[in-house]
Order: sequence, then C-alpha cells, then structure tokens
Amino acid sequence: MPQEYAINYGAVVLAAIVGLMAVLFMFLTNYLLAPRRSSAIKGLPFECGVPAAPFTWSQINIRYYIFAILFLVFDVEAVFLFPWVIIYLKSAPIVFYEMLVFLAILLFGLLYGWKKGMLEWQ
Amino acid sequence: MDHWFAVAASIGGVLAISCFLAVGGMFVAMMFGWKFAVLTGLAQTGAALVTAIVALLLIFGGWRMVFIAAGTVGLFAFLSVAVLAITLYERKVLARFHQRLGPMRVGPHGILQPLADAIKIVTKEDIMPAWTDHAVFWLAPIAFFIPTFLIWLVVPFADGWVVADMELGLLYLVAFSVLAIAGLFMAGWSSANKYSMIGGLRAIAQLISYEIPIIVIVITLGLTAGSLNISAVVNAQNTAWYILTQPLAFAIFFLAGLAEIGRTPFDIYHAESEVMGGPFLEYSGAHWAIFYLAEYINTFLLGVFVTLLFLGGWLGPVLPAILWFFIKVFAVIAVMFWFRGTFPRFRIDQLMSLGWKFLIPLAFVNFIVTAVVAFYGLPAYVLAIIELAALVGIAVLVQSKLTSPSRRPTLRLISARELRDAQ
Repeated sequence: MPQEYAINYGAVVLAAIVGLMAVLFMFLTNYLLAPRRSSAIKGLPFECGVPAAPFTWSQINIRYYIFAILFLVFDVEAVFLFPWVIIYLKSAPIVFYEMLVFLAILLFGLLYGWKKGMLEWQ
Repeated sequence: MDHWFAVAASIGGVLAISCFLAVGGMFVAMMFGWKFAVLTGLAQTGAALVTAIVALLLIFGGWRMVFIAAGTVGLFAFLSVAVLAITLYERKVLARFHQRLGPMRVGPHGILQPLADAIKIVTKEDIMPAWTDHAVFWLAPIAFFIPTFLIWLVVPFADGWVVADMELGLLYLVAFSVLAIAGLFMAGWSSANKYSMIGGLRAIAQLISYEIPIIVIVITLGLTAGSLNISAVVNAQNTAWYILTQPLAFAIFFLAGLAEIGRTPFDIYHAESEVMGGPFLEYSGAHWAIFYLAEYINTFLLGVFVTLLFLGGWLGPVLPAILWFFIKVFAVIAVMFWFRGTFPRFRIDQLMSLGWKFLIPLAFVNFIVTAVVAFYGLPAYVLAIIELAALVGIAVLVQSKLTSPSRRPTLRLISARELRDAQ
C-alpha cells in the first residue's frame, strides 16, 4: 500500500512541524514576557565560585568511543532482526537456524569484548 | 488531473509570496543592516518551506491529512496538560514517601501548583551564557523535544484511537527514541561547561547502552504477537497479558526504560550531586522549560509503553477502554515514583556493567528462548514457567551476592605500630 506509507510519512512531517511551531511559540512567549538584563558575570559558566578556566572542548575519555562502537554493532543487528521476527514462522526452517548462527556469532563477539576488558569502565 | 493543477497553483503561490517577501526584505535589510537581513531571509525561507509542505500534504492526503493535523495539535495540547498533571502527581506521591504533604498553597490541596510553575517558567530570563556555541545551544531543546513528541503519533489510547496507525510502529518507537540522544549531547557539548560536557557524554553512553535491551525486548514482543503494529500487540494480549507470559522481559524492559528516560536510580547524566544537572545546567527560561517538558513526556511515555506492551493496554472488563488505559499508566508511573523515593543512585561504572554484562546478554537469551518456543509451537505457559524460574533465580542470586559477608563493609581500627610493621 504505497498510499498508506505516504500518509504515514506525511503524518511524521506534519507532527514535526506542529512540534516545532509549539516550541517556537513557547520561545516567543518567553521572549515577550521575560526580562533581559545580561551582564558579564551572568554570562560566565556555572562553576564553583572562582573564575572559570577557559573551556576547550577537548580531552574526552576513550571509553565513550568504545561503547559507541559496540552499540553500532548491536544496532545494525537489530535491523536484521526486525523483518526476521515477522516472517520466520512462515518460512523454511533454515531461516530459523541461520538467525541462531548469526546471534551466536554476535554474542561471541560480546563475550570476546568482555574477556578483553572492553566492558570495564575505568 | 485536478491534483496537478492544485500542486502547480500552490507552488506558484508560495513562490510568488516568497519573492514578494524577499524584495520587501531587501528594502528592510538596507535600512537595518546585514544581521537583520539574514534573520529575515532565514525566517521567510522557513515560512515558505513550511507553507509549501503543509499545502502539498493537505492536497495529496485530503481529509486523512486534515484529521492527522488536528490529531497532532490535540496530542500536543493533551501532552501539555498531562505533563502538568504528572509533575503534581510526582510531587504529591514523593511527599507521601517523605511523610510530607507536598504543595498545598496554590488552589485546594495545591492542584493549581503546576500552572503557577508554568507561569513562573515563561516569565524567567532566557540566559545565553557568553562562552556557549550559540546556534547549537539554541537548537538543542528542539532537537531533544521533537523526536520525543513524534513517538506519540503511534501511541494508541484505545482501539483505533491513534493518530497514525503504522504497521512498523515498534520500529518507529525505537528509531525516534534514539534520535533524542542527539539533542542531549548537543546541549551538553554546546554549554561550554565542564559539568555539562561530562553530563552530555554520560547521556550518550547511558542511553545507547540501554537502548539495546529495549530494542531486543521490543523485537521479542513483535515475535510473540506476530506483528510490529502496536495495536496488534495489545490485541494479542487478549488471552493473557505479556507480564504473565513474559515476566523476565517485563523486568528487563522496565529497568532499561527507566535508564532510557534518566529517572532514579539511573539518573546518572543529570545527577544533581555529581554533575549539577548535566546537559541542562546552563539552560534557563523557555529553553529549560522545553527540556523539562520533554523529560516528563518521556516519563509518561515509559508508563504508556509498559502498559501497552505488557499490561494489555486498554483491555479490561466493565470500565471504558480509555479509563482502563489511564488507570494502568498512572499505576506504572506511581511505581516509577516509588523507585525514586526508595533507591539510591548507581555509579556510572555500575550502570555500564549492569547494562552490558547483565541486561544485554539476558535480553538476548530471552529472545532466543522465546524464538525457540515459538518455532516448536510450544504453549505460552511453557515460556511463562521458564521466564518466571529465571527471574526468581536471578533475584535469589543477586540477593545472596549483595548480602554475602564478603561484600559487607567492615570497619577496623589500625594501630600505628601495625601500620609500621606492614610497610
């Protein structure tokens, strides 16, 4: 049903526009009602009281990157699972065993990472 | 034929209006300087685009599209009211856990308190700190709010009470719940504050980790129901709610969901005592209000999805369907507040261990067991017995591990001589 899909995409776009309008309306209300008195002190970042050291957007712990890569693997795998769950009971048994093998490889990867200490947060 | 004529007419009209605005804008810009000109240009381009999209949708979609437009506007109004109600509900429930009364001053028993809060928020100054990345800082609440709002399109409140009844509703849920993470990180990164940065990074680490158990459990339920349509999943629970046939899946989903919306005991990324509110730290006024709104919409969303996927949604005897739905949702939300009143917060390493070493393998094993049971056509109670046994086994294991003598902290006085001897 291509018509149905088009309607669904349309609904998503329309809802995004409605949400955006609502948010912008809220910003506008705030802009009209709220006071605006900026000062140099008010513009400083919130810290512990002494003047803040300049912020440089650097030095991120490597841990976050490793977990992001692991997530990517599992997320791609989910894309395979979604169509599979709908059709596997109606298909040949080989489809079922194939997915078991796939999941076994995937979980082996997780176990390997676990053994290598990838999942330790230090 | 009509269609093409209408499309051409609407596009031509939009172009004409844009040209008119552009010429007018150039004159205005000459008077007020280039910054004003850029803003006007952006505003009119955006307005023209939005008008064109809406016009095209209404022309092609016809009455369905008008219905959907009305539905989304109604949904936003409903969610705003629901969020107000939930904030009051949370404060009242939490107050009872603390042996307090909660807000009592504004209106009878404080029922107008959320309205007073809303008025206070929109009249507060919207500060843009000097060191921030201005554009990203300004856009972050929108990037967080819109995906959160879009998920509600596929939520059925009762049979047929849904804005867009998608065949791939569960996939849609997963897809848009991941998108909101970008907004959180934009907020944390652009704030140019160390606490916000750490909070934003923690948000990514936590939310993507706990997304996986949710995806796997959602797929498991799709498998059991034989469809990814949410209404179909609810109707498949006509004989038995999934909390009865899949208790382990329920436990995993609820825990991972709590982490996904950042509620206690998983509120690592905006922990007040560690990162001072994390990504939201530098926000104030309407921008902060959007984050707050989205957070409470998320709370409501978890209650709704636990109800739809495990508690049989609107199914129930005697009372009207919609009433059953809200009774169940508010009961689930009360459990979430109960958790907040009871449990201490996890540390980040404990949180990641729980996610990666416990919930993810467990969710996969649960998925495989469910698939095997369905493949061999075994009755549902076999699955229920297996899952219940697993759940009880895990509970006993965790309990014995937590209370074992080796885990108890011991306090001992050490004399100076003993210390010297040890060195």
